[in-house]
Amino acid sequence: MKLLTGNDLKSGLVTWWTGKDWSINIEDAVDVGEEGEAILAAEEAARRVNSPYIIDGDEDSGTPRPAHIKDRVRALGPTVRPDLTLKPNDASAIDKVV
Amino acid sequence: MYKYDQYDQSIVDARVAEFRDQVERRLAGEITEDQFKPLRLQNGLYLQLHAYMLRVAIPYGTLNSKQMKMLAHIARKYDRDYGHFTTRQNIQYNWIQLDQTPDLLEELASVEMHAIQTSGNCIRNISSDQYAGAAADEVTDPRPWAELLRQWSTFHPEFAHLPRKFKFAVIASEEDRAAMRLHDIGIQLVRNDAGELGARFFVGGGMGRTPMIGPMVRDFVPADDLISYAEACLRVYNRYGRRDNKYKARIKILVHELGKDEYTRQVEEEFKHIKTLNLDPPKAELERITTFFQDPDYDLSASDDLDLSDPDFAIWVDQNVKTHKQSGYAIANISLKPIGGIPGDATSVQIDVMADLAKEYSFDELRVTHAQNIVLPHVKKSDLYTLWQKLDEAELATPNLDLISDMIACPGLDYCSLANARSIPVAQKIATRFADVGKQKELGELKLKISGCINACGHHHAGHIGILGVDRKGVENYQLSLGGSGAEDVSLAKITGPGFDEDGIVDAVEKATNVYLEQREGDERFVDTYRRVGMAPFKEALYD
Repeated sequence: MKLLTGNDLKSGLVTWWTGKDWSINIEDAVDVGEEGEAILAAEEAARRVNSPYIIDGDEDSGTPRPAHIKDRVRALGPTVRPDLTLKPNDASAIDKVV
Repeated sequence: MYKYDQYDQSIVDARVAEFRDQVERRLAGEITEDQFKPLRLQNGLYLQLHAYMLRVAIPYGTLNSKQMKMLAHIARKYDRDYGHFTTRQNIQYNWIQLDQTPDLLEELASVEMHAIQTSGNCIRNISSDQYAGAAADEVTDPRPWAELLRQWSTFHPEFAHLPRKFKFAVIASEEDRAAMRLHDIGIQLVRNDAGELGARFFVGGGMGRTPMIGPMVRDFVPADDLISYAEACLRVYNRYGRRDNKYKARIKILVHELGKDEYTRQVEEEFKHIKTLNLDPPKAELERITTFFQDPDYDLSASDDLDLSDPDFAIWVDQNVKTHKQSGYAIANISLKPIGGIPGDATSVQIDVMADLAKEYSFDELRVTHAQNIVLPHVKKSDLYTLWQKLDEAELATPNLDLISDMIACPGLDYCSLANARSIPVAQKIATRFADVGKQKELGELKLKISGCINACGHHHAGHIGILGVDRKGVENYQLSLGGSGAEDVSLAKITGPGFDEDGIVDAVEKATNVYLEQREGDERFVDTYRRVGMAPFKEALYD
C-alpha cells in the first residue's frame, strides 16, 4: 500500500492522509494507491501540510505500517521516550517500530 | 560574562520582529515552504522527524543562571519539559510549534540569547574550551577572542552565503578540550618566545562523511591580526569553495584539493591585501569585551582541604572535579549521562537546579561542553560536598566524566530526519552494560562516540571507540571504529570490519575493552594500547 504523509504546518507534528483530511494517527491513514501524486500536489498547493511525500507501507493487524523504520519512528514517536509516543506509555510501541 | 550593548540587543530584537512577520505570512499561506525554509533555518528552526526543532546558540558554551533559567522556562512552556545539549555547546528543543516560535525568541532575546546562525551556510556558533577562564594551563582566557569572532561573524554580509556551514573553535591551552582541529578553523592562542600573544591557525578540519584533521597554516598570527587572518581564510574559501556539490563544499575539501601550501599561499596573499583595507576591529573593542571576562571575586583565603570520607563523594570528586587555576577552587563537571539515560538531555527541573547551583556556588556561571555535559567553572572546594549532595538529589551526580558511559551520542533516528539508525538506544545499552563505576574506572579514560548517520554529529570519527549507525536495506546496522581522538593527540578512528546489529554492537564494544584490558601496559589508556598494538588483536576478538 501507499501512504501519504507530511508534517502539520503549525505544530510540525507528523500527519497522515485519511482520504479527506490529515490526522496525526497512523491508524487513520488510507492507501492512496495510484492517486498519491495528485493528492500530494493538491494538498501542497493548498498549503495545508509541510513537505508531503508518499511512502510504501503494509497492513499490520488492520493498521497501516510504514515499510521503512524511519517512517515507523515518525508514526509512533521517539523509541527512547515512551512517555512521548503518540499513545503515551504504549508498551507495544517499540515493537511496532523495530 | 559578556553583556549585550545596545547594538547587540537591537539587532537581536529586530530579527525577532522580522521573523514574527515571516511566520505570520507563512501561516497565512502568503509564502510557500520553499520560500520560508531558508528564513526559518536562519533562525535555527528545523523541521525534524516529529516536529519543528529549535537550536538555540550558547556562544562559546558560556551562560549565566538567568539564561539557564530561561532555557528551563522554554522547555516547560514551549516544549515537552526537557532540552538536549549538543556537541556544539548549544541546546535543542524537539517539539516546538511554529506559531509560538516568535514569542519564544522574544523571551530568549530578553536574556541576551537567540537562535541566529545555528543553521545554514554561515559561520555558526563559536565554540571554545569549557574550562576557559578557570583552567590552570591556559595562556589567556580564549573567550574575549571568541566573543570578538562572534561579533565579527554575526550577520557578516560577505559570509552569509558560504559554500557550506562553517565552524570555529578557539582554545588557549595545549590540552585540547574542544576538538579544535576537527573544526573548519581551529584557533589556538599561544605566546611566542617574546611573550607576545598570537594564534596558531588550523584550517580544514572536520568530521562528516570525509573526516579530516585541520593542518596548521600559520604557527603564529599576531593577536592584533587575528580577525584579518580569519577573514583571509574565509575569503579564499568563499571564492573557491565548491558550490556545485554539497558533499564537497566544506573548506576541508578545498584545503585538501589545493594542498595546504597552495591554500596557505592564497590566504597569505589575501591577508596582505586585507591589511591595506584597515578592517581590523578597533583595539578598544577587544579591550571593552575583555572587561567582561575578568576573574570573579575569589576568596583568596579559601582552603584546598577537602573531606573525602564519604566514599561516593570521593568517587565523584576523583572523576568529575578538575583542577582550578585559583587555589581553594575547583571546576565541577555535571554529567548529563546517567546510566541508561539519554546523553545530553536534561529536564526543565534539572536545568533549573543547575542554574540555581551556579548562582549559589559558581559565581553565576555555567558552561556547556562539546561532550554534552555542564560545567560549574568556579566552585569553592569547601562547597563541593554540599554541591554534590544537591546534584545527587537532582540525579545529576553521575561520576563518569571521560569514562565509557560518558558517551557523546547524536539524537539519531529517534529525532533526526537525516539519521539512518538510532544512536540513543545503543548508548543506553552500552552504559547499562558498563554500569558498574568500578568497572568503568578500571577501563579508565575511554571516549566512546556514536553517530546515527555519516554526518557524524556524534563525533564517531574522534572516538577512542566510535560507532556509526547505517541503514542496511531498512535495518539498522552499526559499524565499529577504533583509535580516534578529538583531543591534542588528535586522530581519526579506523573501521574494524563488518558492522553489527543493535545487540551485537554492545557485545563488540565489550570485546574491544576486554582486548584492551588483556593487552594494556602500565598506565596506558584504551587509545594508547590500540595505537601500540594496532587493529589486529581487536579484529581477531571481534570476528574470529
